[in-house]
Amino acid sequence: MDENIRREIIMEHYQNPRNKKEGLDNSYLKVNTRNASCIDNLDIYIKINQNIIEDMSFTGEACAISTSSCSIMITNLIGKTILEAKEYIANFEAMINEQEYNAEILQEALAYNEIYKQNNRKNCAFLPYKGIKQILERIKDELK
Amino acid sequence: MNREDFPMLKKDIIYLDNGATTFKPQSVIDAIVDYYSNYCANAHRGDYDISYHVDEAYESAREKVRNFIHAKEKEEIVFTSGDTESLNLVVRGFFENIIEKEDEILITQSEHASNVLPWFRLAQKYGCKVNYIPLDDNHYVTLENVKKAVTPKTKIIALAFITNVIGDIRPIKEICEFAHQHNIFVVVDGAQSVAHRKTDVEDLDVDFLTFSAHKMCGPTGVGVLYGKRALMEQVEPLNMGGGMNESFDSVDEVHLSELPTRLEAGTPNIAGVIGLGAAIDYLTKIGMEEISAYEIKLRRYLIDKLIDIPHLDIINLESDSGIVALNVEGIFSQDVAYYLNKYNICVRAGSHCAKILKKEVGVTNTCRISLYFYNTEEEIDALVDLLRDKEKILKEML
Repeated sequence: MDENIRREIIMEHYQNPRNKKEGLDNSYLKVNTRNASCIDNLDIYIKINQNIIEDMSFTGEACAISTSSCSIMITNLIGKTILEAKEYIANFEAMINEQEYNAEILQEALAYNEIYKQNNRKNCAFLPYKGIKQILERIKDELK
Repeated sequence: MNREDFPMLKKDIIYLDNGATTFKPQSVIDAIVDYYSNYCANAHRGDYDISYHVDEAYESAREKVRNFIHAKEKEEIVFTSGDTESLNLVVRGFFENIIEKEDEILITQSEHASNVLPWFRLAQKYGCKVNYIPLDDNHYVTLENVKKAVTPKTKIIALAFITNVIGDIRPIKEICEFAHQHNIFVVVDGAQSVAHRKTDVEDLDVDFLTFSAHKMCGPTGVGVLYGKRALMEQVEPLNMGGGMNESFDSVDEVHLSELPTRLEAGTPNIAGVIGLGAAIDYLTKIGMEEISAYEIKLRRYLIDKLIDIPHLDIINLESDSGIVALNVEGIFSQDVAYYLNKYNICVRAGSHCAKILKKEVGVTNTCRISLYFYNTEEEIDALVDLLRDKEKILKEML
């Protein structure tokens, strides 16, 4: 991805984050996600209905990379089934760890395809994914 | 000033995170290397020459600390691993034994975690209360507000001399005078003050003072607990072991050493203590009054330049220390720190371990610039130039 486009996508989602608000009611699950090494601190809200992610939102204070990454993740995950969401998350994780991944399903999240070059910021980009993975694990446990 | 003494300053970086730790002059590094290279033996084992030499160096460092903070006796100086351990030693070794359920402890919302969490635990364990002295509009502690916050139940006032985000200097002497009239103990966290201004525990009349070596040109892993002799005699050791006992035979037959070694169980951080001694020699040679005067001047120079930049929110315009906390409007503090790092400027972003301060200033995270005597006006010019251009920050912060 061209560096200017990458920058534009990240700045757009940082300065105008999508769905930056609390979950509308208690049908939303909430998870807090933070990194020990930095000060990013996000709450992510997710509403799942019959195996489909119906809505998501987030609040908190975090850097440009974490905030934009969360906004893009939310945009991409709304409407997906749990299975599709897991595939998306696995691809994102593969991308930032320099492994093979499917570029097509990541869409704007491709803006982080070179974040591995900045080791400290890799954690920022992954922070929202760390949170959503926890929620999906929790659901799996509940379904058992 | 004195930049040539610091190997770290020969690298191409501008270091403005002196509140976190300071660079070390060559003389401190040499003193540590000298111990490991030329007389590396344990302390308090004076049966052979090099060990005797260790004792001399170790105890002479204690004497240097005593003199540096103007304590009366060397028994009042105990070496610890740092300011945090010093505070925990006071709380657990002294106050745990005398605290009662109805007692109140007064702190403020701008304290560092190490002067909050030990008191929280004390309160949780013994049911006593932790209350806050209200801060004024500048987030300062005033004697008036201390007086208002004190109740007949107040047993302890625990305050930083200089806070690590706001950088305000507390009227400790006046607070001690008032507190002692009401039989209240005063514990002072000197982590941000001892390195930057003259300390006179006798004149201040503090009951306990704690600080770290690494924030005053010394090595990491060493700190000091000062306490008045009569109080120190009552501090119970948290660690039992070698070097702190006279004799032991059975559970009922344990005889502990005198102060200060009673509170220094195990082999101490000998190299670190010797390094602290060298740091004190170094700072004394420059002069603590010169250091604080220079820092105040440099801070004014910085503030005068920052104040004209409209997109900056400066949390502490007024302050007689070298600390400035700020935010660039609309940009997260960590992004500003990353941006400055691209130009080899080191500043700290975050809550700076003062996590209840947000209730007071309404801001959770800031960029903190903390100066020391080796910083220069040229360095500040470079910083200000980078902060002045918001478009540039937005363009380059990723």
